[in-house]
Amino acid sequence: MSANQNDTNLLEVRGLTKIFGTLTACDHIDLDIARGEIHALLGENGAGKSTLVKMLFGSLEPNSGEIFWNGQAVRISSPGVAKKLGIGMVFQHFSLFEALTAAENIALSLDDGSPISSIAAKARALSFSYGLPLDPESLVGDLSVGERQRIEIIRCLLQTPQLIILDEPTSVLTPQEADKLFETLERLRSEGKSILYISHRLEEVKRICDRATVLRHGKVVGHCNPREETASSLARMMVGNEVQAVVRAPVEGIDKAQPLLEIRNLSRKPATPFSIPLKGINLNVRAGEVIGIAGVAGNGQGEFFESVSGEVLQQDAASVRIRGKDAGGLTITGRRLLGAAFVPEERLGHGAAPRMKLSENLLLSRHATDGKAFVGAGGMVKSAAIYAAAQRIIEAMDVRKSVPDPEAAALSGGNLQKFIVGRELDRRPSVMVVNQPTWGVDAGAAAHIRQALIELSRSGSAVLVISQDLDELFEISDAIAVMHNGELSKPMPIAEATFEKVGLLMGGAEPGHAEHRLETA
Amino acid sequence: MMRLELVKRPQRSALFSALSPFIAFALTIIAGAIMFALLGVNPLTAFRIYFIEPISQVWQLHELAIKAAPLILIAVGLSVCYKANIWNIGAEGQFILGGIVGSIIPVLFPQFEGPLVLPLMLLLGMVGGAAYAAIPALLKTRFGTNEILTSLMLVYVAQLFLDWLVRGPWRDPQGHGFPQTIQFNDSAVLPELMPDAGRANWGFVFALVAAVLVWILMSRMLKGFEVRVLGSSPRAGRFAGFGLNRMVFFAFLLSGALAGLAGISEVSGAIGQLQPVISPGYGFTAIIVAFLGRLNPLGIVAAGLVLALTYLGGEAVQSALGISDKVARVFQGMLLFFVLGCDTLIHYRIRLIGLALTKPQGTAKLEVAPKLKEAR
Repeated sequence: MSANQNDTNLLEVRGLTKIFGTLTACDHIDLDIARGEIHALLGENGAGKSTLVKMLFGSLEPNSGEIFWNGQAVRISSPGVAKKLGIGMVFQHFSLFEALTAAENIALSLDDGSPISSIAAKARALSFSYGLPLDPESLVGDLSVGERQRIEIIRCLLQTPQLIILDEPTSVLTPQEADKLFETLERLRSEGKSILYISHRLEEVKRICDRATVLRHGKVVGHCNPREETASSLARMMVGNEVQAVVRAPVEGIDKAQPLLEIRNLSRKPATPFSIPLKGINLNVRAGEVIGIAGVAGNGQGEFFESVSGEVLQQDAASVRIRGKDAGGLTITGRRLLGAAFVPEERLGHGAAPRMKLSENLLLSRHATDGKAFVGAGGMVKSAAIYAAAQRIIEAMDVRKSVPDPEAAALSGGNLQKFIVGRELDRRPSVMVVNQPTWGVDAGAAAHIRQALIELSRSGSAVLVISQDLDELFEISDAIAVMHNGELSKPMPIAEATFEKVGLLMGGAEPGHAEHRLETA
Repeated sequence: MMRLELVKRPQRSALFSALSPFIAFALTIIAGAIMFALLGVNPLTAFRIYFIEPISQVWQLHELAIKAAPLILIAVGLSVCYKANIWNIGAEGQFILGGIVGSIIPVLFPQFEGPLVLPLMLLLGMVGGAAYAAIPALLKTRFGTNEILTSLMLVYVAQLFLDWLVRGPWRDPQGHGFPQTIQFNDSAVLPELMPDAGRANWGFVFALVAAVLVWILMSRMLKGFEVRVLGSSPRAGRFAGFGLNRMVFFAFLLSGALAGLAGISEVSGAIGQLQPVISPGYGFTAIIVAFLGRLNPLGIVAAGLVLALTYLGGEAVQSALGISDKVARVFQGMLLFFVLGCDTLIHYRIRLIGLALTKPQGTAKLEVAPKLKEAR
């Protein structure tokens, strides 16, 4: 290798542009990644991060612009080409077969015909040298999300890449697992490898990244050294203006308040081989409080939500009680009529029908509760009343749209979420259960939704929020419980809760035993 | 080294959605012209005999209404099923069972006469069709069977059951051994609308009323909303509190009842007795009618008239030009093919993917073995 190679950046991107129809997803992006640096790519959802990364990994072809690898112009026409160049990628959503072992999954992607046993041996050696303990013989279906991510990382490292792209790697990890990952990344940097780190978690970017490139609306709005910035100055660059802080007044005398949602010894058998059983869950949510449920994705939160909402019924009618009445045997409509409202995690296809207008999607969850207002004699739908109500919600929640009553699928994820949350808030429900209220929602809208949930609780409703975002839960909750492997911990009052305590519970250990479990995992 | 790929369009064109049936019809005409030319017939002559002459006199319009009535009745019911994403392919069988059950009174109790007979027959016809449609609905909700297969297979059961009935227990003892039931008495015959002008009977009125009522149901009522939600996104439907199993029964019973009504109307109106065969495939042709009418009951009325014309035209070219009346099936098939083709192109565009063999300088060695883009 000549000296020339050490002077140039590993990767240089000049004027990279990608256009989808009328939308310019990436607009003349410039990006330099030096050897041995961890480079953060920051931006809100829809800022163009994923599109840029897909072009670097060969999944998308740019409309114009150039990519230089070691100073040479290259055309990355497929992921295969990217791998040959030395670009590896760890995706946010894993592509693993649950019925196969870790080693078999790795062999599938290597595609070089080497025997499984030698791959397993290499993977084992690599995993221990990087502090990512992993048993290559274990079935993926039995592994935790953090362990599955290790498979993806090891699979990537086996191809000896020079540049590793990580897409939101910590969104599925406990704080302790994330610490382990950071150690691995620092180790890789010390070996001269470069890392492109995509995240919207500003604290961790400040902690491990050497430089950052910030995208907004498909354009580069700045390069900076994140260590010299504050979280709020980075947020300002991403959002373009100041994000309003959420205000949560403490509540007094909550112990004496009436529990509006009671979960008593709720259990559920797994519906499929890979779903999580619920084991004896107990929880009270009182009038006036927000309870947060933390947990790593896939620990039973989805199953819990379905059981509480009534999309799945319970054998024992007393296992879910709403406003003092047994609701376990009631359907979702029956539970809504008792005063409960629900916001599921998936927006398109669950919370809303994609090809239906917003006004029709209003009818979706409120045809029974607002029967008189929206449905007339003989089952005729009152279109004008629904349209007016939908416009009222659009106004109240500041839903941005291009036509008065668009189809749900035509809205961005954040705007649709504002509408779906607003649809339920508009009813003033006495019990509100929300799964991932601000996932993928931009910072301004997220603050709006969080504030609205707090205000609903302060007006005398019980609010239950399931979220993977710990920052969010600490911001809005009066108490936090943790779900792990289908079990729910006792709610911890917010005054006593710390990231560390919650993180240990998320890892499934009693305080003090977490490290031990991570070592043997 | 090329391959075709269908890429979903971000936006559907509303204009072409509306135009699609007309484009499909034009393409059918073009393909039909080629077919007639290959058969050695002047296409213009053939089209005049096929499409114009069968509807050039008033009595012929009545014949058109007779053929269109069952098609519209059945297709209106099927449109509700298909909107709910439930695939009832067995309307032909439900039509036959409607004809059989509705004929119980005139065949087994011929001495029972009076104004009550006809309404009872129509009601029994609807019950028969609905009950027969309940079988695939029950199998689907109880055992998770595929309703396409079960409803289709039940068509052959119904056809053979009718055949057995008219050759066996229900055969007219004075019928010289012909496989048919007795002629229905006058109070069991569906009256003609305008006896002086032509043969069209009240079946056509039933079809129009059903189309309007189902249109109101689907576009203005909560039940129609439920059908559309469950059909387009079942999980959102469950979130709304709508039951998928209830919907399977609702759609099958409604479409079965309408097919049964069509069956008994045909038997008591156009035929006047039961025969081994009472339908030239109305239950299957109605599937084409439903799609050609964009699953919209009012569109289905227009589409039903067009498809009825293909039946009449088939008979006309057979008698005038000596071409097999199977040509009607060919036209119906082409029409469905082009409608579905147009609809696919409204939702998707075709992309031709060539395998990139160009090698920009500096990367030549990296692309010695170009591979297809990794599927993801």
